[in-house]
Amino acid sequence: MLSIKNLHANVADKEILKGINLDVKAGEIHAVMGPNGSGKSTLANILAGRDGYTVTQGSVSYQGQDLLAMDPETRACAGVFLALQYPVEIPGVNNVYFLKAAYNAIRKHRGEEQVDAVKFLGLVKDKMKLVDIDTAFLNRAVNEGFSGGEKKRNEILQMLVLEPRLALLDETDSGLDIDALKVVAKGINALRSPERAMVLVTHYQRLLDYVVPDCVHVLAAGRIAKSGDKSLAAELEQRGYDWVTAGASA
Amino acid sequence: MAKRASDVEKLVRSEYRHGFVTDIEADTVPPGLNEDVIRLISAKKAEPEFMREWRLKAYRRWITMQEPHWAHVQHSPIDYQAISYYSAPKTQPQEDGPKSLKDVDPKLLETYEKLGVPLHERAKLAGVAVDAVFDSVSVATTFRKKLADVGIIFCSFSYAVQNHPQLVEQYLGSVVPYSDNFFASLNSAVFSDGSFVFVPKGVRCPMELSTYFRMNAANTGQFERTLIIAEEGAYVSYLEGCTAPMRDKNQLHAAVVELIALEGAHIKYSTVQNWYPGDANGQGGIYNFVTKRGDCRGANSHIAWTQVETGSAITWKYPSVLLRGDNSIGEFYSVAVTNNFQQADTGTKMVHIGKNTRSTIVSKGISAGRSQNSYRGLVKVVGAAENARNYTQCDALLLSNQCGAHTFPYMEVKNPTAKVEHEATTSKIDDDQLFYCRSRGISAEDAVNMVVSGFCKDVFKELPMEFAVEAQGLLAVSLEGAVG
Repeated sequence: MLSIKNLHANVADKEILKGINLDVKAGEIHAVMGPNGSGKSTLANILAGRDGYTVTQGSVSYQGQDLLAMDPETRACAGVFLALQYPVEIPGVNNVYFLKAAYNAIRKHRGEEQVDAVKFLGLVKDKMKLVDIDTAFLNRAVNEGFSGGEKKRNEILQMLVLEPRLALLDETDSGLDIDALKVVAKGINALRSPERAMVLVTHYQRLLDYVVPDCVHVLAAGRIAKSGDKSLAAELEQRGYDWVTAGASA
Repeated sequence: MAKRASDVEKLVRSEYRHGFVTDIEADTVPPGLNEDVIRLISAKKAEPEFMREWRLKAYRRWITMQEPHWAHVQHSPIDYQAISYYSAPKTQPQEDGPKSLKDVDPKLLETYEKLGVPLHERAKLAGVAVDAVFDSVSVATTFRKKLADVGIIFCSFSYAVQNHPQLVEQYLGSVVPYSDNFFASLNSAVFSDGSFVFVPKGVRCPMELSTYFRMNAANTGQFERTLIIAEEGAYVSYLEGCTAPMRDKNQLHAAVVELIALEGAHIKYSTVQNWYPGDANGQGGIYNFVTKRGDCRGANSHIAWTQVETGSAITWKYPSVLLRGDNSIGEFYSVAVTNNFQQADTGTKMVHIGKNTRSTIVSKGISAGRSQNSYRGLVKVVGAAENARNYTQCDALLLSNQCGAHTFPYMEVKNPTAKVEHEATTSKIDDDQLFYCRSRGISAEDAVNMVVSGFCKDVFKELPMEFAVEAQGLLAVSLEGAVG
């Protein structure tokens, strides 16, 4: 589904990614771990099409298409979803209105009929139960005045509603207490399916206690320094990143 | 990035949608202004003597005045002798306007249909009474009879001068005197039509009232005059909309609006202004120099201005409220959008005179292209105004690197019990917000509209429901692809 080949990228003329190779197949969950500054968030943002990053080499293919040539909205319509590390507040824009606009934009792209407000509300309310969100939440402005945990849960709610083919989660687990973490994990697990792939960018192993990944990669100094199965995450938790990164920067 | 820039180019050039010209024969007075022209206008309208004399007094004052230049706008000198001060569609009966829609030229009706203003009373916008002003004269007023049943007078200004002269004489100029300022004096001398509303004591107007202004003829100015009187305990909600054809010369629009709220009366006045703004190079467009003022004359009265200003090459207007009655309330909610080379200098004046008076000002300025957008406001609390309260919030949103946003707040507080608050913010449209929308599948254009609409929400929610939708649509047209 996703194939990243020799990806190099700069942020403000500084090379952050130095040759990433990664293949993610439908049905798989990959965890990308690594210390601060290793390029995890850069990778996630580049895949979603955020401005401010310059790809200098390499390619990314998504379902056979050149992902890097697509606008962010085209990527989203093609089924790519990024749960942001820092979800953005949009004052004055109603949360459910925003979500409905996104839902209908994607449907329109697929040539499907637009869904009206009443029908959409029914659909959202079902998904909200999964992530334990109060309905009052829908009529607030997008992320405005939300607590850190509420923002992250809102990202998961969006993901559940938009049902992406490829979900990228950028440190969705950071800053969450244990109950919120479980809710987020429940949302992720609910979407797990043979047609869908997920990439979890995370700093800590604790999310992986609830969402079991198929592969774990350690990113260090802009490269994947080590890959393995779920046991690698446990090993990192015990030994820290140093033993992996020491090899990578050499 | 490159792709986005070219989209921006394309969309910025999106055309003004109301820029067509109606091919209709007009009775237009030759350009120029002197006492004879004023007598001619007055004679054409068969006005009573008081009206003619008032115009002449205004004219004599106007010739002693200087065009004001304190606003943060620039324009080449206006040749007031090159403007024609009266233009009327020829087929229009001249005396006191058409008796019914059957007398209206079908071409005019077609024009308003194109603009989306159905004058036919059966039209789907049922529930909104419309007075349509084409160039200088009022074309038709719908629902007049239904309103008359509850004692409300809603008609063209000319009709009011003919049929309700005592009301006109009593209230005209009582809020904006003929000597008020350069443009108001000019208007007082030459105004040709406009709307008149009178809501008697204790009556709640059962529908929204609306006037639609259309400037068609070339080289004419439009000088309409609106007078709204709400007697004790009355309520009325009024909306004006405006458009003009695309012409490469600038056209002058100098209107005056006077609102009078007696004890316990409530007037809500909403404007959606979409005059032709000029082309992408700053050629042409309307100079919109307007004086709007409300007088909360009685205790517990309430006047609220809501404006959405998207058009005009230059906007110069400060809808104000004189809070004379004790416990009276003044409100001003404004969205001003400027793109390309548009200039807006707009705001309000809240003058606290009575005791326990309150005012609220919410101003949202959005600038794109190379435009300049200024908020100018005065909050004045006189010595006798015990316990006055004002809250002002001015937010500016910048959509390009070449536009300007300016805030000129003035405060004059002479009473120590007053509480006056002012909050202001200026920010560039947030790339993170746009990316967030786009990463969810929403197009770049829709993302801008969504973020800007959110920014304007506090103002849009004050508009009558039917027009909030129109305002949002206009905003989208004005800003299509304006982010760069």
